[in-house]
Amino acid sequence: MTQSLHERNRAALARALRRILPSEAVLTEKEDLRPFECDGLSAYRALPLIAVLPETVEQVQAILELCQVNEVPVVARGAGTGLSGGALPHREGVLLSLARFNRILEIDAANRTATVQPGVTNLAVSEAAAVHGLFYAPDPSSQIACTLGGNVAENSGGVHCLKYGLTVHNVLGIEMLTMEGERLRLGGQALDGPGYDLLAVMHGSEGLLGIVTEVTLRLLPRPPTIQVLLAAFDSIPAAGEAVARIIGAGIVPAGLELMDNPSLRAAEDYVHAGYPTEAAAILLCELDGCEAEVAAQTERVRALLQAAGASEVRVARDDEERARFWAGRKAAFPAVGRLAPDYYCMDGTIPRKRLAEVLERIAALSEEYGLPVANVFHAGDGNLHPLILYDANRPGELRKAEEFGGRILEICVEVGGTITGEHGVGREKIDQMCVQFDADELRYFHALKKAFDPDGLLNPGKAIPTLHRCAEFGAMHVHRGRLPHPELERF
Amino acid sequence: MDADQRDALQARVREAMEAHTPLCLTGSGSKAFLGNPVRGEPLSLAGHRGILSYEPTELVVTARAGTPLAELEAVLAAEGQHLPFEPPRFGPGATLGGTVASGLCGPRRPWSGSVRDHVLGVTVLTGKGDILHFGGEVMKNVAGYDVARLMCGAFGTLGILLDISLKVLPRAEASETRVLECAADAALDTLRRLGGESLPLTGAAHVDGCLYLRLEGSEATVAETARRLGGETLDEADSFWTALREQTHPFFAGEAPLWRLSLPPAAPLPVHDEPLLLDWGGAQRWLRSFRPADAIRAGAEALGGHATAFRQRPQDVDAFHPLPMAARQLHLRLKEVFDPQGLFNYGCLYPDL
Ligand SMILES: Cc1cc2nc3c(=O)[nH]c(=O)nc-3n(C[C@H](O)[C@H](O)[C@H](O)COP(=O)(O)OP(=O)(O)OC[C@H]3O[C@@H](n4cnc5c(N)ncnc54)[C@H](O)[C@@H]3O)c2cc1C
Repeated sequence: MTQSLHERNRAALARALRRILPSEAVLTEKEDLRPFECDGLSAYRALPLIAVLPETVEQVQAILELCQVNEVPVVARGAGTGLSGGALPHREGVLLSLARFNRILEIDAANRTATVQPGVTNLAVSEAAAVHGLFYAPDPSSQIACTLGGNVAENSGGVHCLKYGLTVHNVLGIEMLTMEGERLRLGGQALDGPGYDLLAVMHGSEGLLGIVTEVTLRLLPRPPTIQVLLAAFDSIPAAGEAVARIIGAGIVPAGLELMDNPSLRAAEDYVHAGYPTEAAAILLCELDGCEAEVAAQTERVRALLQAAGASEVRVARDDEERARFWAGRKAAFPAVGRLAPDYYCMDGTIPRKRLAEVLERIAALSEEYGLPVANVFHAGDGNLHPLILYDANRPGELRKAEEFGGRILEICVEVGGTITGEHGVGREKIDQMCVQFDADELRYFHALKKAFDPDGLLNPGKAIPTLHRCAEFGAMHVHRGRLPHPELERF
Repeated sequence: MDADQRDALQARVREAMEAHTPLCLTGSGSKAFLGNPVRGEPLSLAGHRGILSYEPTELVVTARAGTPLAELEAVLAAEGQHLPFEPPRFGPGATLGGTVASGLCGPRRPWSGSVRDHVLGVTVLTGKGDILHFGGEVMKNVAGYDVARLMCGAFGTLGILLDISLKVLPRAEASETRVLECAADAALDTLRRLGGESLPLTGAAHVDGCLYLRLEGSEATVAETARRLGGETLDEADSFWTALREQTHPFFAGEAPLWRLSLPPAAPLPVHDEPLLLDWGGAQRWLRSFRPADAIRAGAEALGGHATAFRQRPQDVDAFHPLPMAARQLHLRLKEVFDPQGLFNYGCLYPDL
């Protein structure tokens, strides 16, 4: 009976949507919906009721109005590379793909901005800006595929965020639609706009507050000189100490990445970057700017690394060697992926000074769960990416990996950090939100959501847990005695 | 002198809720001239002060909102660090809270980022008497909506800032300012050209027929770039940039209304022959003009920006650029979330906020 109701809803909604969109842009068949069933976190899957592929803002507006009137949930999707299940479809809802919004509208060299549609990929912007000697700084590893709409919705970062900031620091303006169909422009080509900073609020809002229909980005001049140092360490605490010393010396590297032994070995086997495979950890430090500045900083960083106990420091001799140093880091995820049938990528941020301690605790948990972990992360800003290796075909192992991951995030909160630095909460970390925020704060989050989307139709069930869910999660956790500090409502 | 007044402030807000007393939030009053007039019982936030944590190698400082900016900046300077957005004080007692609430930035803003770009977390007391914490002390954090940044530039209308965590950065080793004599249109051309190059630029202003370019970085880089740019070295450069930031430069004296225009940096110059100072490489322009507010605002809007009536605001002119309907609606709903009774700085930003 429910099945037929579901089908009837689908047919009626599809008919209405086909009055807005060409028939081929309204997908209802299982095999057509399959490509949308998950994002980069494939452990969570669901087929949407319908998927739509609009091409104009007016079409999106009409779709939202239709869904608003009929109380149909809407989930936006860019490229589906998200790692927290943010674009996971709603079974009773419309999956709104922005893939056809793939045009770069303007590169304004005089004002150093790019205005793009939300489905444009991250890398395409820097490619289009290159003729002007400009680039778009945030560079998630997924940059060949991920979209600017997704970047805004997740406030994505990348290797170069240490110096150049996250998406929120590099977006000057957006155009968006609310679920009620209101079209809004926030910011523009100027450095600020009037009123509340709604632009900041939209960043990292995971498709819960509005649909981004246009993005204006800040472009930067390409630095003329880039240098990379590779340092090997006999222990992780020594590598952590080196990070603190570089930052403490007043140097802001363009990137400062750490790989532990399992990940650097995996990377070495995979791309033969020439990494010292016996090292407990390596640090990659990229410096950029004017030639004189980079030359001076390279010498200072070399000295700091040696003073911090590096067993070896290499300075890339040319562009080719620099590319080789990075090749291993860039291939780290797929390389680690070869070590086990599956891996689960975590994304907590901690104060830098707690690095060594947190990595030790993760290692202890790894033994407890019997699941190996490889660490490769943005050391410069304390953003950890432990990769938990497991085999989904072994019964119970996915659940074990998820539980292990959850405990890592709880450690991050306990030491004054956060459960997500750049991948978002999505569906995945919804329970850990209960650890980081207390009931009052969650209540304000829900109220804020309501200000943008009174009926709660945009991406429901993601990012912010209900208080009810938290109560259940809390009870379960305390019962199992696993929450490290159950008395701590938040940090 | 440092004191934790959060309980007292919470109690005061609860009283105000009970009695429906609107409150006029003040730090030191240094920026009281900004925005529209507020009626309400004064509530001083200056007593809630003190630095709570500061670790130079973490590049993070957390302080109570009443902490004087001068005190905070001195503590950072002792470690060779600073607030990169170079906030104006507009008075000796300026507090951190007022700085974040007004969201104002100095000449370095286009290169360093704004106040909100450096706010990592806040503890806030809402108009419902709740004390909440958003964000944290780490560089990257996407858990929950970014309420911390929403508070920046909200002029207290969404809540009383109690504690604030900021990202700080090392100060540059060397600084030099070059002065190039040129008219404003030539200055804009130069800035457009320089904007495409990777330079250690941290200030670019044009006033009285001179373009001022501040360079900061290592000794070698600054010296080399200065040579390349030409012009003259400015003696006492610090006092020039301070006068610009604090609006004690002679341009800011006199009776004509002072307008702040926030525009795309390469936007063309106005045709009117009125005193104009370019800051932020052209993205922030100060205009002295008696022309009607509507005309000035329409002009700014046509160029893709907005206009604030900053000082000597004519009667019956709203301080801030009017919002389109849909944005206004969202503002009202957000006010309803954080301060439903309209207790805090009611009317300061916009009439019913
Ligand atoms: C191999 C790999 C490496 C990665 N590396 C990084 C990294 O280095 N740094 C990093 O931060 N992330 C990284 N990610 C995560 C991911 O790429 C980013 O989160 C990215 O921004 C998602 O973009 P997307 O277009 O794929 O968005 P999707 O996954 O399609 O969607 C993500 C969220 O955004 C919402 N959304 C999408 N478009 C819009 C829109 N137009 N309006 C409103 N909401 C919208 C969706 O509803 C969803 O909640 C990586 C992922 C992979 C698979």
